[in-house]
Amino acid sequence: MTLLHLALITIREGQKRSIIRLATIMAICFLILFALGLHFLFVQFEQVEFMSAREMELPANGLTLVGLYASNFLLVVMAVLISVASISNEIDTRVIDTIVTKPLHRWEIVVGKWLGFVVMIAGYTLLLAGGVILIAYLRTGLVLHDVPGGLAVMVLSGVTVMTVTLAGGTRLSTLANGVIAFMLYGLAFIGGWVETIGATFRNEVSVNIGIVSSLIIPVEALWKKASLLFQPRILGNPGMGGPFSVALEPSDAMIVYAVVYILAALLYGVWSLSRRDL
Amino acid sequence: MTELALETRGLRKQYGEKVAVEDLTLQVERGEVFGFLGPNGAGKTTSIKMLLSLVAPTAGVGALLGRPLGETAVRRRVGYLPEHFRFHDWLTAAEFLDFHGKLFGMPRARRQAIIPDLLELVGLQARAQTRLREFSKGMTQRIGLAQALMNDPELVFLDEPTSGLDPIGRRLVREIVDGLREQGTAVFINSHLLSEIEQTCDRVGFIRDGRILEVSPMADLERSVLQVGLRVGQPTPELLEALARFGDRVELHRSSGRISLAISGEEVLPRLAAWLVESGHTLYELSPHHLTLEERFLQVIGSQTGDH
Repeated sequence: MTLLHLALITIREGQKRSIIRLATIMAICFLILFALGLHFLFVQFEQVEFMSAREMELPANGLTLVGLYASNFLLVVMAVLISVASISNEIDTRVIDTIVTKPLHRWEIVVGKWLGFVVMIAGYTLLLAGGVILIAYLRTGLVLHDVPGGLAVMVLSGVTVMTVTLAGGTRLSTLANGVIAFMLYGLAFIGGWVETIGATFRNEVSVNIGIVSSLIIPVEALWKKASLLFQPRILGNPGMGGPFSVALEPSDAMIVYAVVYILAALLYGVWSLSRRDL
Repeated sequence: MTELALETRGLRKQYGEKVAVEDLTLQVERGEVFGFLGPNGAGKTTSIKMLLSLVAPTAGVGALLGRPLGETAVRRRVGYLPEHFRFHDWLTAAEFLDFHGKLFGMPRARRQAIIPDLLELVGLQARAQTRLREFSKGMTQRIGLAQALMNDPELVFLDEPTSGLDPIGRRLVREIVDGLREQGTAVFINSHLLSEIEQTCDRVGFIRDGRILEVSPMADLERSVLQVGLRVGQPTPELLEALARFGDRVELHRSSGRISLAISGEEVLPRLAAWLVESGHTLYELSPHHLTLEERFLQVIGSQTGDH
């Protein structure tokens, strides 16, 4: 029950501090922008008489992918922002003192917060990415391949970043933790692009750099996996997917690795908070 | 029940080379109000943190309510008001107490029953729906105190409980502590306000440099040592030497010409007066008074270091 109380207070804190409200407003703005952009582009496409329905599928796929890529980026940013100060700030302000002296284990604090954030990330993914997919379907009739699978992997990506940030907060100051979280994401981002370009030009070193960056934090690899689940036919073909093509498909083992990675980061957070003096 | 509310043996905390608490050996009875006194940096807060498992001791053992330090379940019967605390300030006072009640594992019905009573106890019944961020420092202290009492504890730690409170708030804390004593709750108070300790505690412990120097019942402190002020015609070094037979800490205050000394009890006074007169000294004043806690504090803390 304590876990549930701690998870619920984490979600309520997000509500009361307007984090959820502001993030929702920003997400709705993003979705309106996406819908308008998609609509007016398709108004133009529809005026071109010789463009078949099949030919229209390509820009629909491309734009939806751009929308999903932006959603994934916003999701990662949101995952860092909601969790970065969660524990470190409570330690700094001594809020945690009256909590850890209650009849509970410190691991419950970390896991309770984690559960609350997982719910928030899942909800945000559903709103953002789900919104993009729904808008694309309503305007263009585009049906993606594996929507539940793709969304689940996107959630996994957000949870990966959130868990690392939450665990970092048990030792680092809020600022240092935020810097490290964004640096890790930056590293994954660059590594992912180096891998894609390396694979296109068959450069083994670049590919290996990408793989190593995915092992350090598998966020970009998870995005690639999610996008392939959404649009396997388009993204598997470098000629059609453009810059978002996935030259090397992350294996299912990367999903397993991400789950293990999350558990390891969570365990570190639990261990770290349990061992430290407050 | 004979078990102690709190017991420690050789509890020690060291951060690298720095020793925060050298040796905390202490016993607090159930239903006792214990005051913990010491100068800044003496190790008071670190001691409380060790007792509440916020900080892991480097060495030593201890028990709360008969259970070893660090045991989670016993905290169901322990309350804590930290110094320099903040709470989830986006919660209302009632929500805040409800949340802490949940963490104590209290059922909903009990939480709902006790929250209005506690808010009334700390004088915040009209603020039940006010967010904590709108509270003044004194009101925050009061709600913190209510939080510490939420589980009807058998042992409460209050770290600077009157900090930020006005005289009315301080009196309220005294009344609450008296009430806790009456219902058999042990209270462990850290405070810089010696007058508060003097008025509320049954026993006091003096700590300096992480080591307990003295633990005394308040009643003994009030009775045991008498400070005597003397004014005589010609205070000579020989006189000061001779006065040492009647007590200790003989001192001549040159600005006022008065002599002070500490004697063990009132029975010494007639002998002292008779000797002064018989030995030919002109006695203008002989005024005994019991040491205040502050004087005793300065005596104990100062005498152990020689620099106070």
